[in-house]
Amino acid sequence: MAEVLVIVDHLDGTPKKVTYELLTKARELGEPSAVFLGAPGQSAAALDGLGRYGAQKVYVGESEDIAGFLTAPKAEIIAALVKDKAPVAVLFASSAEGKEVAARVAVKTGSGLLADAVDLDADGTATQSIFGGAVEVKSTVTTGTNLVTIRPNSTPPVEQASEAVVEQLTVEVTEAAKGARIVESVVEGKGGRPDLGDAAIVVSGGRGVGAAEGFGIIEALADSLGAAVGASRAATDAGWYPHQHQVGQTGRTVSPQLYIAAGISGAIQHRAGMQTSKTIVAINKDAEAPIFELADFGLVGDLFTVVPALTEQIVKRKG
Amino acid sequence: MNIVVLVKQVPDTWAERKLQDDDKTLDRASVDVVMNEIDEYAVEEALRIKESAGDGSEITVLTMGPDRAVETIRKALAMGADKAVHLSDEALHGSCALQTSYALATVLGTLDYDLVICGSESTDARLSIMAPLLAERLGVPQLSGARKVTVSDKTVRIERQTESGYDVIEAATPTVISVVEKINEPRYPSFKGIMAAKKKPLTTLTIADAGIAPDQVGLAAATSSVESFSTRPPRQAGQIVKDEGDGGSRVADFLASQKFL
Ligand SMILES: Cc1cc2nc3c(=O)[nH]c(=O)nc-3n(C[C@H](O)[C@H](O)[C@H](O)COP(=O)(O)OP(=O)(O)OC[C@H]3O[C@@H](n4cnc5c(N)ncnc54)[C@H](O)[C@@H]3O)c2cc1C
Ligand SMILES: Nc1ncnc2c1ncn2[C@@H]1O[C@H](COP(=O)(O)O)[C@@H](O)[C@H]1O
Repeated sequence: MAEVLVIVDHLDGTPKKVTYELLTKARELGEPSAVFLGAPGQSAAALDGLGRYGAQKVYVGESEDIAGFLTAPKAEIIAALVKDKAPVAVLFASSAEGKEVAARVAVKTGSGLLADAVDLDADGTATQSIFGGAVEVKSTVTTGTNLVTIRPNSTPPVEQASEAVVEQLTVEVTEAAKGARIVESVVEGKGGRPDLGDAAIVVSGGRGVGAAEGFGIIEALADSLGAAVGASRAATDAGWYPHQHQVGQTGRTVSPQLYIAAGISGAIQHRAGMQTSKTIVAINKDAEAPIFELADFGLVGDLFTVVPALTEQIVKRKG
Repeated sequence: MNIVVLVKQVPDTWAERKLQDDDKTLDRASVDVVMNEIDEYAVEEALRIKESAGDGSEITVLTMGPDRAVETIRKALAMGADKAVHLSDEALHGSCALQTSYALATVLGTLDYDLVICGSESTDARLSIMAPLLAERLGVPQLSGARKVTVSDKTVRIERQTESGYDVIEAATPTVISVVEKINEPRYPSFKGIMAAKKKPLTTLTIADAGIAPDQVGLAAATSSVESFSTRPPRQAGQIVKDEGDGGSRVADFLASQKFL
């Protein structure tokens, strides 16, 4: 059966949920082989999970040269694997990095690339949602290897235990790929919650939250649902919440099962990052706010009373 | 320092955007068009780099697009860019991102540049891959997603938003940079700027002029193909309820009805 490469998206070795989603999809196309690239020693934390979701092989490439530079070293390694193994498809997470690595692999291998797929058929046809969800397109790659980046939360991850034979890769990164060096990686705290891209539920606050302290009630609501916290640009620009939580055109694109927007007007640039959410709930005191146009349920009211009351109800009902 | 800024003309995001039934490409003729919003930030950043260098740096605007894309070029010139190159050819119609990067890289290869600056994402394609595609083709480093750029001599440093904070990334020129909207506040063209733009040099190239292979671009040679598309009914606005003191439980009821609780 044909081999399908799944590029592991991980944080310090721990695979993100999207990796398991990709493995689940890959099983419909062929035999999944996971490709783990990271700093020395990191793969140890990943192997168990990769096997549990059906990886038959895990190609491991570990080197400081992978961790310390931008996307070019990863693209070199993946392109070499593609040439060597001739897989039927290579699946990447549709994160900023996933798309960039995929783009470079496309150039290196002379392949077509389908970015931001929300679904993938067993024959490799990808579904993309464009123009703010107004149009759904089915596309195929016509040149080279089928390269597809898939949005997190596009498919539920399903376990299917497998052997996961490890094959170590020799990593030799060319000087050319080391052109852009990571000088410093700054972690801006707000940990402890699910990652925005992975989360099944996202609760976001906007200018209506009024101040950094206001995000306390947004976080409490998020915690009652086990959700990630998002923010509009108005909120991140004001310094009320860290920039990496921005949802939208120039922030993260999320596609959760449930998106709750509190005190967000629904500007087109914000919508761009959340409108493929399955269910959308909006809380806003202005009945005319455009966010209500896409809400499955809209509550016209003051978030400072509604959000805490909602949190209380959720805690009570969840027992 | 020679800077090339990539700008793209796109349909206004507020306009209804359609795919054409015959060849399944974007209908660019029937809609209002604007400069891709984030590209204004790219132009602004180029202007700021030039101004702070104060060394007679030159900014060239490069766009690939139909005849009317010249409006977008004029806007960039009116903001203060020095000259422009417009790649325009029927044969480019329907090119995929990979082919567009090939075409743009071919033109860039004929220009003398230290920095190529583009936007992080176009509102029509929404791919966010032009910077890595160009960097790969040109064989130069890529600094993408910059929310801050500092240039000193031949070294460029950017801050790039990551999923857990930000990275500081460094490369030597020549390099390709893409910028996000946090980076600056674009200026409006002044009346003087608009008048001056009319006299600035604009070179229009066909693919033959640029040395672009005709069999490498256009719909027929695209590396991916649209099999079918369907217009989805616009998201139906759902139930809108006014808070009567029971807002919290009304939302909780809805969440329960959708099995979230
Ligand atoms: C190039 C570019 C890129 C951009 N990228 C992004 C992006 O990635 N993400 C993004 O979000 N934006 C982005 N923007 C900005 C976007 O255009 C909007 O300015 C922004 O989304 C507005 O944020 P907001 O909805 O929180 O604020 P506002 O539009 O000011 O809305 C605040 C809302 O809160 C409501 N409100 C106020 N008080 C209360 C209360 N007590 N209770 C309930 N409701 C209340 C108000 O009725 C209002 O509807 C971008 C803009 C540009 C130009
Ligand atoms: N046809 C084009 N002409 C000039 N620049 C372009 C073109 N297409 C894309 N770009 C640049 O690449 C950036 C990212 O576009 P994209 O990868 O399509 O989302 C844009 O913001 C532009 O700066």
